[in-house]
Amino acid sequence: MAGSTLWFSLLLAAAFAGRATALWPWPQYIQTSERRYTIFPYSFQFQYHVSSAAQVGCSVLDEAFQRYRELLFGSVSFHFPQPMGKWHTSEKNSLAILVVTPGCDQFPSLESVENYTLTVNDEQCLLLSETVWGALRGLETFSQLVWRSPEGTFYINKTEIEDFPRFPHRGLLLDTSRHYLPLASILDTLDVMAYNKFNVFHWHLVDDSSFPYESFTFPDLTKKGSYNPATHIYTAQDVKEVIEYARLRGIRVLAEFDTPGHTLSWGPGVPGLLTPCYSGSHPSGTFGPVNPALNNTYEFMSTFFLEISSVFPDFYLHLGGDEVDFTCWKSNPDIQAFMKKKGFGEDFKKLESFYIQKLLDIVSAYGKGYVVWQEVFDNKVKVQPDTVIQVWREEMPVRYMKEMELVTRAGFRALLSAPWYLNHITYGPDWKKIYMVEPLAFEGSPEQNALVIGGEACMWGEYVDSTNLVPRLWPRAGAVAERLWSNKMVTNLDFAYKRLAHFRCELLRRGVQAQPLSVGYCDMEFEQT
Amino acid sequence: MEHRGLGWPRLPRLLELLAALAVQALRASAIAAASPDLRLWPMPLSVQTTPRVLHLSPDNFVFSHSPTSKAGPSCSLLQEAFRRYYDYIFGFYKWHHGSADLRVGVELKQLQVSVVLDPECDTFPKISSDESYTLLVRGPVASLTANRVWGVLRGLETFSQLIYQDFYGTFTVNESNIVDSPRFPHRGILIDTSRHFLSVKSIFKTLDAMAFNKFNVLHWHIVDDPSFPYQSVTFPGLSKKGSYSSSHVYTPNDVRMVIEYARLRGIRIVPEFDSPGHTQSWGEGQKDLLTPCYNGKEPSGAFGPINPIWNTTYSFLSKFFKEISTVFPDEFIHLGGDEVDFDCWASNPEIQDFMRDKGFGRDFKKLESFYMQAVLDMISAINKNSIVWQEVFDDASKRGWWHPQSSKLMPGPVIQVWKVEDYTQEQSKVTEAGFPVILSAPWYLDWISYGQDWKHYYAVDPLSFEGSQEQKKLVIGGEACLWGEYVDATNLSPRLWPRASAVGERLWSHKDVRGLEDAYRRLTIHRCRMLRHSCLLFPLSVDGITTLQFTKTCIFDFPFSTSKL
Repeated sequence: MAGSTLWFSLLLAAAFAGRATALWPWPQYIQTSERRYTIFPYSFQFQYHVSSAAQVGCSVLDEAFQRYRELLFGSVSFHFPQPMGKWHTSEKNSLAILVVTPGCDQFPSLESVENYTLTVNDEQCLLLSETVWGALRGLETFSQLVWRSPEGTFYINKTEIEDFPRFPHRGLLLDTSRHYLPLASILDTLDVMAYNKFNVFHWHLVDDSSFPYESFTFPDLTKKGSYNPATHIYTAQDVKEVIEYARLRGIRVLAEFDTPGHTLSWGPGVPGLLTPCYSGSHPSGTFGPVNPALNNTYEFMSTFFLEISSVFPDFYLHLGGDEVDFTCWKSNPDIQAFMKKKGFGEDFKKLESFYIQKLLDIVSAYGKGYVVWQEVFDNKVKVQPDTVIQVWREEMPVRYMKEMELVTRAGFRALLSAPWYLNHITYGPDWKKIYMVEPLAFEGSPEQNALVIGGEACMWGEYVDSTNLVPRLWPRAGAVAERLWSNKMVTNLDFAYKRLAHFRCELLRRGVQAQPLSVGYCDMEFEQT
Repeated sequence: MEHRGLGWPRLPRLLELLAALAVQALRASAIAAASPDLRLWPMPLSVQTTPRVLHLSPDNFVFSHSPTSKAGPSCSLLQEAFRRYYDYIFGFYKWHHGSADLRVGVELKQLQVSVVLDPECDTFPKISSDESYTLLVRGPVASLTANRVWGVLRGLETFSQLIYQDFYGTFTVNESNIVDSPRFPHRGILIDTSRHFLSVKSIFKTLDAMAFNKFNVLHWHIVDDPSFPYQSVTFPGLSKKGSYSSSHVYTPNDVRMVIEYARLRGIRIVPEFDSPGHTQSWGEGQKDLLTPCYNGKEPSGAFGPINPIWNTTYSFLSKFFKEISTVFPDEFIHLGGDEVDFDCWASNPEIQDFMRDKGFGRDFKKLESFYMQAVLDMISAINKNSIVWQEVFDDASKRGWWHPQSSKLMPGPVIQVWKVEDYTQEQSKVTEAGFPVILSAPWYLDWISYGQDWKHYYAVDPLSFEGSQEQKKLVIGGEACLWGEYVDATNLSPRLWPRASAVGERLWSHKDVRGLEDAYRRLTIHRCRMLRHSCLLFPLSVDGITTLQFTKTCIFDFPFSTSKL
């Protein structure tokens, strides 16, 4: 393939150009040279190009300019340098941003175009993008291109970049039920996600352990289901803040309310919602999944998801559907009677399917799309063709690549997470294994490949809270970020190691508690405040 | 008389002390069965509590010296500890709630501290330091009695752990009677500042957390192959050329601060200068120290372990360790001696000649032992004791520098057992040969895995090997090791705590304290307590002002399992 030869030569050229090796994730096309331009912090500006559809007042970019200014130069004031006549020709005083399509106040979506071109040469210093979201990605790249000499002077090399993501859904899952994460932890994570060009925050808000989401329709859910209803909750204001903070960084918030399993914490606040388990002919006092045999259940879900649909602006909701335990359903005489009435026999998958279908109908009626865990597909629940299936099981019922093949062959869109459970830790540089996963390494037609919309790194919370979240996430999640953004052929581990180690030091410089990849040091080490 | 540097002839005295402790442990074991309300970690030897509660008011409570105490306000170690523990107990709440009104009941107004013997206020803790204490909590004046200040420090930690806030926020403590002393005298944490540099502040935080867990040794693996951050006064080139950068060094003042910060918490600093292997970073600043490796007849340009055949090597080491012995007050120096790679030595023609002359044949273990013996002799000549990794024992020839029959009379090092394969057998062998043992093999905390691995660390018993009572007495303790290949200041704390706490209790508490369910319950509480403490305070200076500072987020949640608090 002619294209690949060209691409490799570009990659080599870039590798030797030194400073460009700081980029993470690696752009689709890049050409850099040794020619460099000085940047003076006191005079440098981000500027809207006169022809840009976005101009001053565009919240997304106005704020991004401030953020990146601060990231590049810090908040310290700089002295005016002595003018040094002949060097003036190689200065860059501004980056011009040209956005083609107007729109600064909407939310990013699965269809958002994130392409951009960045040109730094003698004639111009220009960031061109279709949308503001592409401009955000380009600003991040620009910030990674600027480097500093030992004497403290800022430089950028002559560079030409054309960039776009390989997959449109590049997500990170946080679990705020097993351990509560303070708002600041979530917001900080969104910042680092943006540095890695992630664009979906999958918020696994509630689960068996606790219900921190404060519902205004059913306030008892948090009052009785959170770890501490005063401190360990997300108020409506918190949720709004997360959504807006994410939007300003081009990140979608995909909220998950997992049912019918993983719902123990819902029980105290909504009596009658969960299935009472039986021990022989008596209730045992424990509860199982959501009770699918009662009309009340669906009335509740209908009201609850009406709220959720309005609170979370993204087109998609995540409805869970994983790991439904049938033993409690089996033990309950009412459920048994319901099964008989419906003619389900002993097949509890049919009961699960019954529940999920009713739930999907409710949610579709609110004009939402949905993502579900793979069990919904495995258990042959009839779902609408536009459902997104998230593949998370490594081995069962089949190897995850086989599962990807099956899901896409059935015509569903797929998200890959199975090899990217970052809560699972092992000794050593496990990022390499994470990095080398190829999401399309299954047998399938080009049409099937096109149904893979991306993947997610998952940080489940059994052993994670704000004390260890950040070092466990970064830079390991960066490996997933590059896999989902960069060209399929960017798989050289030495090249990745050099850049990721460099990027980790850059994260430290930006105040992120990112753990080391191997023996070594960074000029600016992490200091606990 | 103040001895610096126990010579090995005094080892028997140490053993007597250990035996005495063991008897004490036996006496009190009946009480070690845990009461469900206890919030203590590590579990003391004997605890009796009553349902009668006392209340404390932040404005009305003081630590004081008993009139009969041998220590008074001039003992700055205790004064500092009083202030620290006052802040741990009340600090956070005082700022947030103000003091709560006392309701009915008896008030606890004072903890009166009494030191019975020469307090040792201005000395450094030693392996033989007495850490035992008794704590009698009664209103209105509780008493804490110990032979030395070291016991007072341990008792203050326990006292602070007894206090809780009741439903209304009042500081509360149950009447209690505690008698406590450690099971092992050497309870250490190893940190590695060569593979990744750790700031002095990170080391301080680690020392704080060690004190919460009654650890008493910081094993400072200060240099290794990747970098040489220790700034030597005698050989400044070592860190100048061998450190990662000029900001990745420990200056003499940094080292002094660490030693003093540790001393104030009853923690010894045992420095390790590992040789002859693991010394690549030494070579940068000290020419002709490392062995030039050969590729056939030509030097390959690479270097191997320290060159054991040149006199210059030993004159360098002699000067170097003389400096180390004055900089670090502890009676022990760790000399390393692990993982010596023989390939480079074998390739070098000069070494080959030397081997022939000495009659070592092709047995490079003999050369290794030759080197280690010289360094060990050097250390005893400067009146220090040595600790070495197990290879020094494993690789020594039977006719070499140690001898099973007479070893107790000969100077010899403490052997640190670190290889996880058959480590109990290794303990048997080492103790049979009469050497003291520090156990680390099952406690390599840098090895991470998913889930509650603390249970494995906790289940280990350091005396589970086959051997006589005499042999068991030779186990002086253990160390949790956090090697630095993948650890720096970003992940040090969450990787150490509370996992190392499991080791802390194993080394402090009675051997029968091993119920996992109760341990889980107490460790959960202990983790939250540590979070509170480390959120509350970070030290700004060693010798004076400790300032209260709050970090922006302080969340009292804990991640060794899903749980509600």
